[in-house]
Amino acid sequence: MSRPLLYLSYQQDTALLNTPGKRFWTSVLGIVAVSLPFLLTDDLLVVLATACVASIGAIGLNLVTGYAGQVSLGHAFFLAIGAYTAAALSGDPDSTRLIGFGITSVPIWLLAAGLVAGLAGLIVAPLAARLRGLYLAVVTLGLVFIGEHVFKHWRDLTGGVGVGRPAAVPELFGIQFAVDGSLFTKAQKLYLLMLVLLVIFGVLARNLVRSRIGRALAAVRDRDLAAEVIGVDVTRYKMIAFAVSSFYAGVAGALLYVMIGFVEPGSFNLGMSVQYIAMVLIGGVATISGSVLGALFITLLPRVTRELPAVLPFISSSSAAGGITVFQVETILYGLLIIAFLIFEPRGLFGIWIRLRTYWKSWPFSH
Amino acid sequence: MNEFVATVVRGLGNGSIYALLALGFVIVYKSMRVISFAQPAFMMAGALLTGYLVLSMNFFVAVLVALLLTGLLGAVVERLALRPMIGKPVFVIAIITLGVDIVIRTVVNSFIGLDIRQMGDPWGLRQVDVLGAKIDQRHLATLVTTLIVVAALFAFYRWSRTGLAMRAASSDQEVALAQGVSVGRVFSLSWALAAALAGLAGVFLSTGIGLEQNLWLTALKALPVIILGGLDSLGGAVVAGLTIGVIEALVGSYGDNLHPVFGGDFFLVVPYLLMLLVVLVRPYGLFGTREVERI
Repeated sequence: MSRPLLYLSYQQDTALLNTPGKRFWTSVLGIVAVSLPFLLTDDLLVVLATACVASIGAIGLNLVTGYAGQVSLGHAFFLAIGAYTAAALSGDPDSTRLIGFGITSVPIWLLAAGLVAGLAGLIVAPLAARLRGLYLAVVTLGLVFIGEHVFKHWRDLTGGVGVGRPAAVPELFGIQFAVDGSLFTKAQKLYLLMLVLLVIFGVLARNLVRSRIGRALAAVRDRDLAAEVIGVDVTRYKMIAFAVSSFYAGVAGALLYVMIGFVEPGSFNLGMSVQYIAMVLIGGVATISGSVLGALFITLLPRVTRELPAVLPFISSSSAAGGITVFQVETILYGLLIIAFLIFEPRGLFGIWIRLRTYWKSWPFSH
Repeated sequence: MNEFVATVVRGLGNGSIYALLALGFVIVYKSMRVISFAQPAFMMAGALLTGYLVLSMNFFVAVLVALLLTGLLGAVVERLALRPMIGKPVFVIAIITLGVDIVIRTVVNSFIGLDIRQMGDPWGLRQVDVLGAKIDQRHLATLVTTLIVVAALFAFYRWSRTGLAMRAASSDQEVALAQGVSVGRVFSLSWALAAALAGLAGVFLSTGIGLEQNLWLTALKALPVIILGGLDSLGGAVVAGLTIGVIEALVGSYGDNLHPVFGGDFFLVVPYLLMLLVVLVRPYGLFGTREVERI
């Protein structure tokens, strides 16, 4: 048996699962994740499937904002592009109201959604090459508003405000994911599909960031001038960061509304961008597993606060009854969590995990 | 011609609101090098407070008291949520202000409710004839008040001792500290000023049409304004605010004649499109200071 923390090569050190502990716990996590559909009720599974999709989106944002340090408030714009590409590709070709091509195979519309969004990211990237810091944040915020306007008015594609259109139809090798089957329910199938996709895109991202590209992105983030001096082509890597991040956003956008089966153009607003920023910050900046944790946290938060009225009688579940409503508690909690995490644990949930890990690793000694 | 004059005055009126909001952003930026996304919340808070106070007192007194309270709120927020973060990356601080915005706005919204709340202002939707054009009184009132406030603000920065301290802290914090300027107080004061200016903008925004929950989106139009004017330029904020207001109004009135795409509510995205165009040519806005980096 080899010694666990002795690395003889750089490859060993940067390997995905470089310690026995990681290997063990990742297998446990995998087994738990796969067995969840048989343990949980369908409504919880739908929430978890949404969390998986949100994780893909959060990973995308983390690539550009966490790893490359380019603050983007325009994530909702790219999510929207992905959502509508996928919805249009898999839409009903006979519909007179909406654009549709009838291609329902998951890999095709998923890749197309990612590529179209990625292309949009490439078009936006020159802005990032010219702008720094908060200027960039505000300009990408402008994208969200312009996109919202276009999507609200392009009725053939989006169905218009308040009407919307059916979301992408998931179908693979003849299996319809969005319909209850004889073996699995709709929620179980969707959860498993999203879980598999999250694992694929998560591992891809993890591999990207531990490669040459990932190190170049980190160099650009830490000091772009210094990066340029050591030979990193800053403009090129900013473009790569935006393209890949938008690709992930497109994929997440395509999948995000599959669970509900319906897309409304008004939903891709500033609030959605902020939500993804919150996932990245609460999860942990520049970590892939942190993005997943943050997405889980933010997606499960409404679900948890909905249980509050049973515990705390002064919170009412409808606005008619007076007092504080669940929705208000949820929003306030969401805002306070963002503030509290940034002040007290800037490394997010991932940071808490690291602290716990170090504590138990050296237990019972404090150092 | 009459319609043109009316459009321009409407644009100047709305533009003054953007200018007031943008000034708040710039004041905070100058002191902390951070964009405060909490401005919409302060705007709503100022308008809401006025709406409540006006029930028991004169409108002008109500506005003054409301602005004082909003300023106080700004200072308290700065002390609680922002002060612990000094020295952290600006992006992190900016996101904290987003959190502050969400919290304050939810509380304010729960007080506004679903109805439209009237401000009890003396103008309402009455119009006056100027050169034959029908002009809303509220737009004129907004423009005049903004000009007075801007003049006072510039005088304050130029000639008062505190204004000098604020300029010093903005140009170099450490040197200012060494000269005996209390940078902490400058931060508090900046936030209070910014919050009060946003509150004033909120009051004028909701005169006539009333206060409702979705009004906060207007405050975000100050973001293209500050990018256009340059993040650290007070004068730029005023000029860009008025310009964007007028262009927006012109597109709103005449966009339809050019092409149906520019009609309807297209004018709502005009500020953002302008911003994109300008930053492609001038990354630091029209009047912003170019960042010079030493290697």
